[in-house]
Amino acid sequence: MAKIKLKPKARKGVISIKALIKHPMETGLRKKKGKLVPANHIEHMVVMHNGNKVVDADIGSSVSKDPYFKFKVAGAKGDSITLKYKDNLGKTGSKTAKSK
Amino acid sequence: MKRRLFLKSAMAGSAVATAVGAGLLTPSSVFAASAKFKGLSNSAVSNASGAGAGSFKFKAPKIAENGAVVPMEVNASKMSNVSNISVLVHQNSTPLAASFNLTGAVGFVSTRVKMGKSSQVDALVTAGGSTTKVSKEVKVTIGGCGG
Repeated sequence: MAKIKLKPKARKGVISIKALIKHPMETGLRKKKGKLVPANHIEHMVVMHNGNKVVDADIGSSVSKDPYFKFKVAGAKGDSITLKYKDNLGKTGSKTAKSK
Repeated sequence: MKRRLFLKSAMAGSAVATAVGAGLLTPSSVFAASAKFKGLSNSAVSNASGAGAGSFKFKAPKIAENGAVVPMEVNASKMSNVSNISVLVHQNSTPLAASFNLTGAVGFVSTRVKMGKSSQVDALVTAGGSTTKVSKEVKVTIGGCGG
């Protein structure tokens, strides 16, 4: 259900990875009509570069809605970048893209 | 008889209310970040208090018009062996926003965080086993005029 936009771009031996994950990121503290909205946020995210883990992130509920991340990894054009995430409800998502 | 029943139920109801009041059943502990993340957050806060001043770049706005989306950028690409980058928002209920463990990646992370109110924001960078930090004050203006 969740959509991920992943745009790795290689320049001068460094790949800039831009990622945008569509996710509500509810903290569990916000109220709607007097009732608490249950928490629903990404807990864990991994970025792989050609199958090697380069970023392993623990994400809190205070990351904004539809979170945006940018990382930099040494690499070249054509390398494959994979992003995987898991939220507190156990839902996962992943996306792979070739670097441009 | 009915009156007695009413009293009983009223007593039971108030017991729950006092439990909530005493902080035993605070909504934050029921719904908010998991215990594991809470632990991570606490250790990050204690790390932050002991960390020296870092020599990396940390970009955050001085005034954030919208607390729901505050862009942050940590640039430690000149440091070698960066193993972890964390962002702490001190006034949030769970101060740790995110912790990135980097293995082989350049020490650069950019993201967006939520802020409940104006707060000190710390960026922590662990490189070669030592942790350094850079702090910024971010003002959140809700409803117009900068406060």
